[in-house]
Amino acid sequence: MTSVTILDWGLGLAQGMLVLAMALAAWRMLRGPRAQDRILGLDTFYLNGMLAIVVHGMRTGSGLYFEAALIIGMIGFTATVALAKFLMQGEVIQ
Amino acid sequence: MNGAELPIWAACLVVLLTVTGAGFALVGALGLIRLKTFYERVHAPSLGATLGMALILCGSMLLLSLIEDRLVLRDALIGLFFTVTTPVTLLLLARTAAHRDRFDGNPEAPPEI
Amino acid sequence: MSRVLPHPLLSLALALTWLLLNAPPTPGNVLLAVVVGLTVPAVMRALEPRPVRLRAPSAIARLLGVFVYDMVRSNIDVAQVILNPRSGERRTGFITVPLELREPAGLTVLAVILTATPGTLWVQYDSDTGCLLLHVLDFTEDSDWEARIKDRYERPLLAIFERTPA
Repeated sequence: MTSVTILDWGLGLAQGMLVLAMALAAWRMLRGPRAQDRILGLDTFYLNGMLAIVVHGMRTGSGLYFEAALIIGMIGFTATVALAKFLMQGEVIQ
Repeated sequence: MNGAELPIWAACLVVLLTVTGAGFALVGALGLIRLKTFYERVHAPSLGATLGMALILCGSMLLLSLIEDRLVLRDALIGLFFTVTTPVTLLLLARTAAHRDRFDGNPEAPPEI
Repeated sequence: MSRVLPHPLLSLALALTWLLLNAPPTPGNVLLAVVVGLTVPAVMRALEPRPVRLRAPSAIARLLGVFVYDMVRSNIDVAQVILNPRSGERRTGFITVPLELREPAGLTVLAVILTATPGTLWVQYDSDTGCLLLHVLDFTEDSDWEARIKDRYERPLLAIFERTPA
């Protein structure tokens, strides 16, 4: 039992849990019932996807995935805000 | 995978932090399925966005600091960014839902203030 | 001072962010961080951000401690609610809290705190009446949420942000 095996299995387990969380969020996104539930599902989906990328960066041991995670976070935030505003007023830019 | 020179305790600590964080994120997503009304469900994702994210980022910072043999605090920026943005998204969503529910005359709608 | 550094906190935050992104702080990076910290707030002046004054550093430290403790505890509480839904006992609903806090920066921090503790959700704030509408997931733990929010969060925020000490 070396530290490489522990890290590989443990981080793999964490990644699996995050993917399962993404699947649950996707289920809520597809299922609805109302539009705000779908947006909430999208919000959870990208959040867990971002965390999965961070864990993948840990598995490969490189810091290169940091930018990807940050950009997913930014784009997801913009998307959620735009969709929520659209539901509120029927327009994104006013 | 280049964690060969890592001591066992460090690997265990990193795995413990990351798996606990992923567990909180998973429970949050599970809450999205199990809770009954929309206003209950909005509480669920913030589980992954606060403690789940904090634990995973701590694990990541610890691992990268040990591998690169210097203090890597870059991931704290992700934490800072999400701490600032999550309230905005959830607040906007909750307000949108309240607005729509009041407009539709839904019995779940929050009271006027 | 105010000409060179109109927003000292913003300058400090920008310089620190720059140093975090460009990790080993070589002399060149430190120089660039200082340049970013000095120039970007000058550009921001066109947006006319409201100056924020922080006071009572001990209150800031105490609020931070309370926040971390409450965040961890409410995360565990909500995880328990999700994992064993005792839907019969659990009482969920809306409450309104009249706030004395008026400073926008203070209200922002309050919104971050209330959202980051998963049991509570900020739904709406009316700036005319100062009323805040909250959704609470589980009333069974503490019945007096209004007093809890006012004591634990609002009072330190008033001490930190408001101009006249409350």
